[in-house]
Amino acid sequence: MCSLALFPPPLPSGQTTVCESNNELLSGSSTENQLRQDFSPPSLSFPRESLKLHSRTENSSKAAFLDHSETLWMRSAAAWRDGGLTGLLNEITNSHAEVPKWLSVSSGCILALLRWVSSFHGSLFPHLTLSSEDMIAEFSQVLNWSDCVVRAFAWHPHTDKFAVALLDDSIKIYNPKSATTPTLKHRLQRNVAVVQWKPLCASALAVGCQNCLLVWHVDPCSLSTRPSAGCAQVLSHPGHSPVTSITWSPSGSLLASASPMDTAMMVWDVAAESCVPLLRVGGGGVTFLSWSPDGSHVLASTPSALFRVWETRMWTCERWPCIKGRCQSGCWSPDGSRLLFTVQGEMVIYSLTFTNTPAGVPSSTSKGPHAAAVVADLSETTFNTPDGDIIVGGEIQSLAWDPRGERLAVLLKGDPQALDRPAIIAVFKTRASPIFELLPCGFVQGEPGAEPRLMQFHPNFRHGALLTVCWSSGRITHVPFFFLSASVPRLGLSGSPTLPHVQERPVEFANQSLFTELIS
Amino acid sequence: MFSNAQSCWFIRKVICWRAAASIAWAVLLLPPSTVIFVILSKFSLLHPIQTLSECFSLLTSASIIFSFILLCGVIIMVGFLNFEYYTVIPTIACSKIALFGQLLHPRQLINSLVHCIMGVIVAWCSAVTIGFRYETLGYPCAQNNGYPQMCLNEYHLILLMAGAFVGFSHSLLGVIHNMNYVSFHTVQQYKYLRFKGSLPLVVKCSATQALYSVRNYIVVYYFLGYIPRAWICKTLNLHLDSSAHPLDSIAGLLDLSLLYHIWISATFLLFTWYITLLLFRIFLTEGYSFPVQSSFTEDVDHCLPKVLTEKQPMILKYLALQDLALLSQHSPSRRCEVFSLSQPGGHPHNWNAISKECLSLLADLTQRLVAYHETVATNGRAKSLSSGSERKISSETSGTEDLMSPRPTLLMKTPASVFARSIAGGQQSPLTAPFSPDLDSPFASPALRRLASPVEQGSPWYGTVQSPHIMRRAPKLWTTSTDSHVNGSPPPSPASVPSDKQEPSKPSFLAQFLQNRKEQVKNFLAKRVLIMYLFNKLPEASSQALFADSQAHIWALEGLSCLVQASFSEDQFGVIQTTLPSILSCMLVLQEAVDRHFKLPHASSKPVRSTSSMGDSTYKTLRFALRATLKTAIYRITTTFGDHLNAVLLSADHRKRLQQFLEYKE
Repeated sequence: MCSLALFPPPLPSGQTTVCESNNELLSGSSTENQLRQDFSPPSLSFPRESLKLHSRTENSSKAAFLDHSETLWMRSAAAWRDGGLTGLLNEITNSHAEVPKWLSVSSGCILALLRWVSSFHGSLFPHLTLSSEDMIAEFSQVLNWSDCVVRAFAWHPHTDKFAVALLDDSIKIYNPKSATTPTLKHRLQRNVAVVQWKPLCASALAVGCQNCLLVWHVDPCSLSTRPSAGCAQVLSHPGHSPVTSITWSPSGSLLASASPMDTAMMVWDVAAESCVPLLRVGGGGVTFLSWSPDGSHVLASTPSALFRVWETRMWTCERWPCIKGRCQSGCWSPDGSRLLFTVQGEMVIYSLTFTNTPAGVPSSTSKGPHAAAVVADLSETTFNTPDGDIIVGGEIQSLAWDPRGERLAVLLKGDPQALDRPAIIAVFKTRASPIFELLPCGFVQGEPGAEPRLMQFHPNFRHGALLTVCWSSGRITHVPFFFLSASVPRLGLSGSPTLPHVQERPVEFANQSLFTELIS
Repeated sequence: MFSNAQSCWFIRKVICWRAAASIAWAVLLLPPSTVIFVILSKFSLLHPIQTLSECFSLLTSASIIFSFILLCGVIIMVGFLNFEYYTVIPTIACSKIALFGQLLHPRQLINSLVHCIMGVIVAWCSAVTIGFRYETLGYPCAQNNGYPQMCLNEYHLILLMAGAFVGFSHSLLGVIHNMNYVSFHTVQQYKYLRFKGSLPLVVKCSATQALYSVRNYIVVYYFLGYIPRAWICKTLNLHLDSSAHPLDSIAGLLDLSLLYHIWISATFLLFTWYITLLLFRIFLTEGYSFPVQSSFTEDVDHCLPKVLTEKQPMILKYLALQDLALLSQHSPSRRCEVFSLSQPGGHPHNWNAISKECLSLLADLTQRLVAYHETVATNGRAKSLSSGSERKISSETSGTEDLMSPRPTLLMKTPASVFARSIAGGQQSPLTAPFSPDLDSPFASPALRRLASPVEQGSPWYGTVQSPHIMRRAPKLWTTSTDSHVNGSPPPSPASVPSDKQEPSKPSFLAQFLQNRKEQVKNFLAKRVLIMYLFNKLPEASSQALFADSQAHIWALEGLSCLVQASFSEDQFGVIQTTLPSILSCMLVLQEAVDRHFKLPHASSKPVRSTSSMGDSTYKTLRFALRATLKTAIYRITTTFGDHLNAVLLSADHRKRLQQFLEYKE
């Protein structure tokens, strides 16, 4: 069908992608080619050395401080509080000198039985045996999450501020219009997997972390750099941790959260701090959520080869079994009518279309499509560059579609061991009307040695699209794509974008269509 | 209440059927739960096969059929009580004494009594089902001189009394936890899925609640168990078996099998009742789709714009507002009907009626918040006056009258008589003065002093205090005047002076003396621990009471803002344009009032969340939900219209506030 072979070759080493202009990705050797813009978000860098990391984990520090001369009762109570039944049994079994023999033996037997049962359960759903940190790394949209300096990133949906979650479990909020950068820290804010701003609100930031869900209320007018923990609402539900994905409804009223440990997806009414678990049989957990921009559907993928698409009026769902693996990532078109998703173990992008059900007709009768169509094949392709052959392609880590539906960024995993298979971002041009089309645009590359980890489009960049990329080096850069949107009528005030070089040179790649609906 | 509600078409055609359907489902679910109860009560670990065969033979016997019919009757009764006692606006007690007032209300006493009797019936059924030593009340025993005579079976008695106790405590907890309050969910789901999702919670709740009730019951029976035993023996002419062990002793009560059977019976009882309650809630709160307009004149009363303006019954208004919020978000075709023009004439009657009603709801909440805030403020000043009683009365009366005077003109919706005490406080008779020391005690904060306690108007406690003011206003809860300020201008100044205002008279010496005495008595009483305990205001209860019906406002805000948002692309004739300034100013005024309210003490403190209770505690967080919805609603309008809002006619003050929203600085 189509492949990466139609793409322009990757840049030689030392060159970085600066922007797209006139249908062409421009490159520069460093930042000297900065473009004049009326809006330039700060390009940040977080060197790994600058972060104060936790030297030891919670458990080890507890062992160092715990008074071991406590009585058995005290220790049992503490074990019950910290580790539940398993912890209690473990404690009793380990302190066999103090308890009667029958008690320690029987608790050891029960413990073995429990482990056997849980291993059986784990063989059904292998992800349940992972530790919560490994689980976040496994299911996060961030490439190689556990090693990442920038663990999560979120643009505010309406303004130019953004939140960055760092390796040291703090979150910083950058606003180009204000000098203060609030740093959010909370006792429960550990191993941040995802952050997202509440739509239609200036202040609320939802954070999914290892044990719970936090909703920060950061007053945009406040001058404080360290908002107190009182500004954070803690939302937790037994069994619902770690939280690997959250998504706000576009109307800002509901928040959905997912945990691979919990088969239910939680829909929170944040102000009331109440939640409704939405439970269906099968899957063994929920890993990734994405609310469609028109608010009508929610994609929920599970750790097994199955994902669901919920409609949000009556909260019924469609089951979509995959053949090979779980749904790794997905994104919605701006009008919510098309879902692109990728499956672990496959190198293609699938597409599903949804028609908005007319009012009055129950959604069960008007089903969506019956099969997903392959829209792009990203199997490995070798490019000849001056530095040698580079193999690009393979499995996909995440997808991002810009809010106008004109550029689609695909983060390819690559192979960290092999030098010639770097992780790379491939960008497609997309068009939704009159027919859905996918065209090659190019690769986005950073400084040598830095691999992309996380990417997100700016939600309202006026001159096209702005892709923010977080690199393994701790840098956050912004790659603008300048184009005139055909579909969105422009307001008179904003005018046409000021392009740096106006050239009328046709680009040979631009006209080769990778995918149109007419072919398939 | 029932008689005037009966007259409404909606109650007759919809709500009654929903209640009946929920009861029918509860009855249908009774056989499976009974089977599970039988298996659990008969279960013995050592003889599983024998247990099953016993259960099977029991389930086909005649006695179980009879007790099953009894249980059906109980379920129908419980369903009827649910239907009769439900409310969509919770009654919030602002102090302990008010809570006692609620508990001792005759209506509530009847409820408790009926629950007690039903508890005994269910317990009798479960005693018969469990069989074994619990089966009958009397049994033949040989007494010392060899005559055969009937003895009392205390095991049967303890089970029956447990049923009565659990039924009674269920009814008491129903008042304390507002179990008759029906809340509406933000997430719409089909009935079956909602039921399935809530079932584990019901099982957990009934098991834990039964555990607590049985614990309390055991304690009560240990101390007072001899009373019912002696009474039953005397009335039924039964004897006490001297060879049997009395059960109100530690050894008697530490019988694990007995405890298990009591607990499992209590769980069964609570489970069937909770299931009935849950089904009733699910059926009642299901969305109802009202037609937006109808071409037949006889259906006009059933259309959304007309139904929204109804004051009674509340459930109709709530369902209509819920429908409005849903249609504004999900159905373009029905939105289209809202934006349409009337056929001859070309007037946007639908939109006018809907927006007018929503705006008057919001304006009413604003009024209520402002009045509350001013009450708090004026009270702080009124305290400094240390003159005679008449003077004080008059000042308070005039103060309250000034506050209240907009009410007859601008519609007011006061929940749970927030202001009842503040008005009553003006004309305190000396008789009741000792009962309300908190009003002027230095211990109560001025913020709380003038707050009314929501004792029901007909309560025996405050029957004497009620002034003609309350009597006059009582029917005015939830009135909606048609001439409310739809144009969004600030409320007219309270120029109207009530006719019954008292003339301030010069304080006489005697009055001053009496006043001083009264103060002394109050101060004396305020120092007694029990009185303090009873009369101290519960923190944040007044805030909860103020926002008790805010679900309606939340829907009104959502409906309005979503309609305005949709109008950007869907409103062909521009019918929204004329009301946009008033919508914006109404929301901004409300935003200001809400912001001010949240600065009061206790207003922004979060309530403790209780998860393992069937009582719905949604009402405790309604004010936070309202605040969030209000902000979202304003942002929804500002992000949709953006800079176009500069063309909207607004006062300078509101424009400044709106600019904050346009810059995302709120």
